[in-house]
Amino acid sequence: MRRVLPRVDRREIAAIFVGGALGTLARAALAEAFPHAATAWPWPTFGVNIAAAFALGYFVTRLQERLPLSSYRRPLLGTGLCGGLSTFSTMQVEILKMLEAHAWSLAAGYAAASIAAGYAAIQLATAMVRRVRVRR
Amino acid sequence: MSVLLWVAVVLIGGAGSVVRFLADGVVGSAAGRDFPVGTLAVNLSGAVLLGLLTGLALGHDQALLAGTAAVGSYTTFSTWMLETQRLTEERQHGKALVNIVLSLAAGIAAAALGRLIGLQL
Repeated sequence: MRRVLPRVDRREIAAIFVGGALGTLARAALAEAFPHAATAWPWPTFGVNIAAAFALGYFVTRLQERLPLSSYRRPLLGTGLCGGLSTFSTMQVEILKMLEAHAWSLAAGYAAASIAAGYAAIQLATAMVRRVRVRR
Repeated sequence: MSVLLWVAVVLIGGAGSVVRFLADGVVGSAAGRDFPVGTLAVNLSGAVLLGLLTGLALGHDQALLAGTAAVGSYTTFSTWMLETQRLTEERQHGKALVNIVLSLAAGIAAAALGRLIGLQL
């Protein structure tokens, strides 16, 4: 029989679950603590997304290029924690609500700032890791 | 605000992340690794789902569990940005630009479509 799913490593799945649970808890707690109107800047989503992008750039670069191969750090910290902390869907629905409220410049500014800052965060974290020379 | 609600947020968030990993793997291995289709598929399907939930006008706790916890953890902003940055590092500027514009434009359309469906239900 043809295998539909790629080979599943139970410990890898467990690491993603734990990381994702913690990331989601932090994101949900911030969203609950700082509710905002549809036409206000969504600081909770913006904050977790940029922080998660920075952390993911740092973890992935360090794990791939600096540290010895480890099977469970990437799923725990990258796929789990950063993936659970950041969210794409909430950002899209926030932009949709801004557009529906005719807050055009807010929608455009929020989308542009998220992408620019998210990209810059990855770039910065990657450069920071690479600047440190590999110690042998 | 009960402890049970937050325990559910934690468990659902973990499960949503695992589903994202599996869906990304299935789509990625079917579509090839030239373009981050797995993340795109996850993010667009998640945008439809969250739009749909918004259209349903759920109560506070249901919205927290189904929207913020489940769909929120299923989709990812950080991987989208990482994959875009890695594409530009490989001098694949066209693909990087397509990844940004397509995700954003189709993401808003997906959320709008989901909301429309949700309002009909």
